[in-house]
Order: sequence, then structure tokens, then C-alpha cells
Amino acid sequence: MVEKQVKVLLKTGLQARPAALFVQEANRFSSDIYLEKDGKKVNAKSIMGLMSLAVSSGSDITLIADGPDEKEALEALAKYIQNEA
Amino acid sequence: MPKVRTQDLIEKFQLELISGAEGVHRPITTSDLSRPGIEMAGYFAYYPAERIQLLGKTELSFFEKLNPREKKIRMEKLCTDITPGIIVSRGLDVPQELIEASERHSVPVMRSTMKTTRLSSRLTNFLESKLAPTTAVHGVLVDVYGVGVLITGKSGVGKSETALELVKRGHRLVADDCVEIRQEDEGVLVGSAPELIEHLLEIRGLGIINMMTLFGAGAVRTHKRISLVVDLELWDPNKQYDRLGLEEEKVKIIDTEVTRLTIPVRPGRNLAVIIEVAAMNFRLKRMGVNAAEEFSARLTDAIEDGEHDYE
Repeated sequence: MVEKQVKVLLKTGLQARPAALFVQEANRFSSDIYLEKDGKKVNAKSIMGLMSLAVSSGSDITLIADGPDEKEALEALAKYIQNEA
Repeated sequence: MPKVRTQDLIEKFQLELISGAEGVHRPITTSDLSRPGIEMAGYFAYYPAERIQLLGKTELSFFEKLNPREKKIRMEKLCTDITPGIIVSRGLDVPQELIEASERHSVPVMRSTMKTTRLSSRLTNFLESKLAPTTAVHGVLVDVYGVGVLITGKSGVGKSETALELVKRGHRLVADDCVEIRQEDEGVLVGSAPELIEHLLEIRGLGIINMMTLFGAGAVRTHKRISLVVDLELWDPNKQYDRLGLEEEKVKIIDTEVTRLTIPVRPGRNLAVIIEVAAMNFRLKRMGVNAAEEFSARLTDAIEDGEHDYE
């Protein structure tokens, strides 16, 4: 299991469209992936769970991955939310 | 972030704020209350300062009998840095000494018109539910024939689709994808939806749909006690699935054990119907009718009879 703390740099935060892209990205990996914000942990492969957190730009989140491709998954997802565009 | 503050009590119970307004943001960390009668008499060795303090007729009438010096000292000791608030019940007059001490230490003093016992039980209930341990799970919660069924399973296994069909069959959706669970009492798990995604369901290919506007108010509920967990998983030919239903598998959520059924998913298996029947069978078992056990007993009898015939 690997964990990483990341700051959300995505300008809009995880609004509906960016959240959908994030979930799509997460679903490419076979590892179990979770995202935690303020002690609330949700499955990163589920769009509704992710959106229920209302992740805004500048907030600190923790990405947790567990499985055969955990490292790649963490890297790809961290890169996505740290993308300022 | 604290779950409850004194401010919440003021709003919920429409308390009148008398003094110590600076302290209304103090966190409340325990659902226990304290009626500081013995402290009024001067014994502070075990004073539970972190609790909400409740002053009723008994405490205040005793307080009236004290001399002015004692009154001042005891009220001073009652107001500590960690006391979340002091509530006077029955709309009684708040002693001047208490108002002065509370202003100095910014402890909110509030007044309610309710009777002490009534207020105390309602406060306890409110605090217990607010301070209950919580968790969030990935799954869908549906009320099926009055049984709260939590459907879990990997992403894409068909949880939401099953929930949709259950709603079409007249059952009620509580939460999709992310279920917030509170353990309100020993053995009582209550699930609800995060506010932002209440009534919503996500179906691959359709997107987000609103179950309440589509199916009406009867198709949703805000919260439901969880009695049964149904775990959906892709059919694994190497795994043994329960064929008899004699054993009950349990899963632990927070500190509570809940019955779990593992249902394999394969084309041609109508999951909504299977879950409906699982819920009905669960109710039946709780009412004392266990088909599997009854059949097993009959089979055992039949085999024993057969053995006698050969003797």
C-alpha cells in the first residue's frame, strides 16, 4: 500500500467534469485507490463518492493505492490534480 | 473539526443565551451531562468539567442557602476553561454570581424553559447521535421491504444498476456510491447519503439521474438502519458459494456485526429479484422461520428413518 499527500492545484477544483476525468483515470488501474479529505475516505473509482467531498482548489488530500500497479496509479493521479491548467 | 459546539445546542433547543457569549464556539466532546449538585456543596475532586452542566431547581435552591462568599467561590470553580456550557432549566433565574464568573471565563450560560429531566434526556439523545462514531463505505443503500440492504462490491459490478431496478420495483434509495454510516447505539448502524449527492444515482451510459424527481418522493429516504450487507462479485469459478444458507457470514462495520451475503454476478441472474428475496428471507429468519434449517432437520430425520429400515 502506498500513500501520498497532495495539494490540489487544479484551478477549478474537482468540479463535475474534472472529477469524471479523474475517475476515468483511476479506473485504468487495477489497484484499489482511495482519496481522503478531512478524515473522509472515498473510493477514487466512484464518481459520486468523489464529488460528495467537494474537493476545492488548494485543499490538501491524501491519495492511497493498494494493488499491483499502485505506484503508477498514485503518480498518474497526483499528476492530474497537480496540473494547474 | 469538532462535531458539536455549544452554538448547535442553542439553535437546536432554542436556548436563551444569558452570558459568556464568547464561548459559544466551544466544542462538546462527550454526550454525558453533569448536574453539579455535590460541587455546589463544595466537593470538586471529581468535577467533570468537560461536560455540559445542568442546573435545575434542586441545585439552584441549594445554592440560595449558601453564604455570599461560598456562592462566589463555587460559581468561579464551576466555570473552567474546558466547560462547554452551563444550562439553567425550568426558566429559573440565573444567579448573579454565575453570570459574573461565566463572563470572566467565557463559559456560555444558557436558559431553557424545559424541565430538568426532560431537557437532560433530550440533550443526551441529541449529543449521542451527533457524537456517534461514523465511517463512509463505498456501496449503495436501499430500503427493500423495510430491510436496509447495503449493496457493496467493486466499481462497475452493477451496484447502481441493481439499485435502479429495485427502485423501479417500488423500493427506496437511500444513498448511491458513498454511504455515511453512524453507529447510533450499540448494534445500530444508520446509513445516509452525503448531502451533496442525496437522491442521485449514477448509471454508466446515462450519467447522473435524480431519483426523486424521476420516481417521486416515495422512491427515496433520507436514512435507514442497515440490517443486511449484500456483496456483489464477479462469478469466480474457483470459489465456493453458499448453497444451503445454513451458515450466516458476518461483517464488522465500526463495532457492529452485520449479516453478509456474497452473491456472484453472471449474465442471466436477476440481481434485483435475488436481493428482494434475500431481504424477505432475512425478515423471515428474524421472525423465526428458517427454511434451510427446517429442511436440514427433515433431511436428517429421513436419513435416520432410512437407517432404521435397514436394521
